Amino acid sequence: MSAAKAARQGEEIWKTKIDKVNAELVTLTYGTIVAQLCKDYESDYVEVNKQLDKMGYNIGLRLIEDYLAKSGTMRRCANFKETAEMIAKVGFKIFLNISPTISNWTTDSKQFSLIFDENPLADFVELPDDGRAQEELWFSNIFCGVLRGALEMVQMQVEAHFTSDVLRGQESTEMRVTLIRYIDDEMPVDDE
Amino acid sequence: MASSQPVKPPLAGQPAQAQRGSQAGLKYPSSGKTIYNRPLNRSRTQELSQASFAYLFGEMVSYAQKRVTGIQDLEKRLNVQGHPIGLKLLDLLLYREPTRSQTRPLNIIALLQFITTALWRHLFSRPADALEKSSNPETPDEYMISDNEPLVNQYISVPKEMNQLNCAAFVAGIVEGVCDGAGFPARVTAHSVGKGEEGELWPGKTVFLVKFQPEVVEREAYLGKS
Repeated sequence: MSAAKAARQGEEIWKTKIDKVNAELVTLTYGTIVAQLCKDYESDYVEVNKQLDKMGYNIGLRLIEDYLAKSGTMRRCANFKETAEMIAKVGFKIFLNISPTISNWTTDSKQFSLIFDENPLADFVELPDDGRAQEELWFSNIFCGVLRGALEMVQMQVEAHFTSDVLRGQESTEMRVTLIRYIDDEMPVDDE
Repeated sequence: MASSQPVKPPLAGQPAQAQRGSQAGLKYPSSGKTIYNRPLNRSRTQELSQASFAYLFGEMVSYAQKRVTGIQDLEKRLNVQGHPIGLKLLDLLLYREPTRSQTRPLNIIALLQFITTALWRHLFSRPADALEKSSNPETPDEYMISDNEPLVNQYISVPKEMNQLNCAAFVAGIVEGVCDGAGFPARVTAHSVGKGEEGELWPGKTVFLVKFQPEVVEREAYLGKS
């Protein structure tokens, strides 16, 4: 599917098929989740990143069905480039009403970046001024887990991590996504 | 949200170093993408999918569940997570009121009306379904806010053995935060009143019991006389 078509499709689904809530309810709820993790792990931000990724993974495992049902595309993406377009223009669009920009493909078409001009999770957010949070915490790390979980359910093993975040004082918010392999349908071991 | 202390932006021309003593201070992108450059009203009417809320809230509840010993403990934890949101929404929503009604609520009724209309509308796009004062003369400090179908519980199914649990404790925490922030300290708890009967109109009906501290009621009585 072409990029423009994916964008139109995302817009159409967002307008017609999605139950909506006030954005700030979501933003504030996410904020309180991260704040609680920072408290529980006593500002061990590396651990907070891990927990957020884990939560995202749990979400991704379930979100994919929702995505497939709403997008109505029961067809496999032809290649990883198409997968990227669908993630950015349909996936992010129908859940968060944003379409991050895709860029920096590697020549083997296995790695790309998502650039977030908008990030509803990070509205109202400033990281703690403790000299460490801006070095260690990836506030929106839950996204990485969501992608990992959702794509795993459609036979793609990916690795995702943030490489920059405006909350850290950097110029952009960028996530790097790498396709590790397509998971073959494996027969369950010793299943009778 | 993540920072518990309000932090002032560094004044122009004044190094952050001088303001905060030994701390290095926060870095900001030169593009000006900071919360200080962003209009406070920008996301006022924006929408996200209800699914995104349901996923996050579900994870929040199951994460909390792993770290508690019982239902009461779990509700307490959800309440605590809602509390800071209430504190912040009080200021944010008052700021957004038209200038003539921008004053903070000064008595219990004004406060509860603010909660059942402005707060509810903002969070759930409709007012609460009822506001009542306890008719029991023993408990003049208690008020009840009803919600026939709490949005937060829509995708939560509570296992039978935990039927005491109401995850709207999170909303109770938000309400408690608003009360505390307005200077009307209270304890707010969420109770399911649906009986689980077949054909019930509002099986998920929830009552938020607002119990004000004795000094609040005392002050109110004193102010009422003058």
